[in-house]
Amino acid sequence: MSLLAFFEQLAELPWSIELHESQYAYSIVESIHVWTLCVFFGTIAMVDLRLLGWIMPGVPASEFARRMLPWTVAGFIIMVITGSLLVFAIPVRTYQSIFFRGKMVLLILAGLNIWLFHSRVYPKIAGWDTDRVPPKAARVAGALSLLLWTCVVFSGRMIAYNWFDCDRQPQPAIVNFLASCLPTDSGH
Amino acid sequence: MDLLPFFQWCYNTPVGETIRNSNWMFAIIEAFHLAGLGLLGGAVLMLDLRLLGVGLRKQSAAQILAATQPWLLGSVVLLLASGIPLFLSEAIKCLYSFAFWVKMTSLLLALIFTFTILRRAAQADATSEGPLSGRAAAVVSLVLWFGVAWGGRWIGFS
Repeated sequence: MSLLAFFEQLAELPWSIELHESQYAYSIVESIHVWTLCVFFGTIAMVDLRLLGWIMPGVPASEFARRMLPWTVAGFIIMVITGSLLVFAIPVRTYQSIFFRGKMVLLILAGLNIWLFHSRVYPKIAGWDTDRVPPKAARVAGALSLLLWTCVVFSGRMIAYNWFDCDRQPQPAIVNFLASCLPTDSGH
Repeated sequence: MDLLPFFQWCYNTPVGETIRNSNWMFAIIEAFHLAGLGLLGGAVLMLDLRLLGVGLRKQSAAQILAATQPWLLGSVVLLLASGIPLFLSEAIKCLYSFAFWVKMTSLLLALIFTFTILRRAAQADATSEGPLSGRAAAVVSLVLWFGVAWGGRWIGFS
């Protein structure tokens, strides 16, 4: 089964249709997604700033991370649940959105950055835990994290706009390619 | 007091008109507004979580207040710099939007509260005067900022 067929099947589910057509449920889910951004993005940004040595340089980096990251993780779980519901409510259009696809790529890159930090940089933290400005590898990880998550927020916001939707033709060939629009797409 | 002439003037400013007539400017400015919101959330939460006893623990609230202050102010500047142009582009709609007034009222209260009572509660914490007032101040702060976030999100739905 192709991915498109999968999302087309999702769109046929009664729950998907109900969420899409609901008077309040969709708006509430979307609002929770945005509000939780403050918890998720806010706390990870603070940890990133600590890795850059730009906030509370006197607090050991490991202690800072240990006290803040549980909030980041909790926020992330809520972001994933509400985000999945938003995709579930509008499956095909979201799947074909270049901003959604860009966001997924950015999420993978941000995850990779976290994985690299935890496998390569964090194990040696004892050597620089109390440094006011952590070593370059940690600073790069912090800066990349800030940049990537900001791009995730930007692309997420843009999913709401229909500039490049498949049912708005003609589009540049590159858009149709990236969104994998079908030649016959004229209205979803 | 008739606010309509003022809101009409805002709506007709060149900035408002330029954003309104552009396909993408509103979206881009809004994305910056959203990133600012996240940063503000981080600065606010760091202090409020500390006052509630569930954030950083070994540092005093006064220390965290001092450390987060520049980031709080920076994010407020970013939010105003992006929020005012957004407002100008749809000022008339805002005038008649309940959510807009909830947001502005909460924002005013949140800022006043942050720089008076919350600040004093955080500074008192350094001398361990009593955690209860700190916890209460943190809850009020979170409620007021949530009012801002609620109103902000709901302006878009009206």
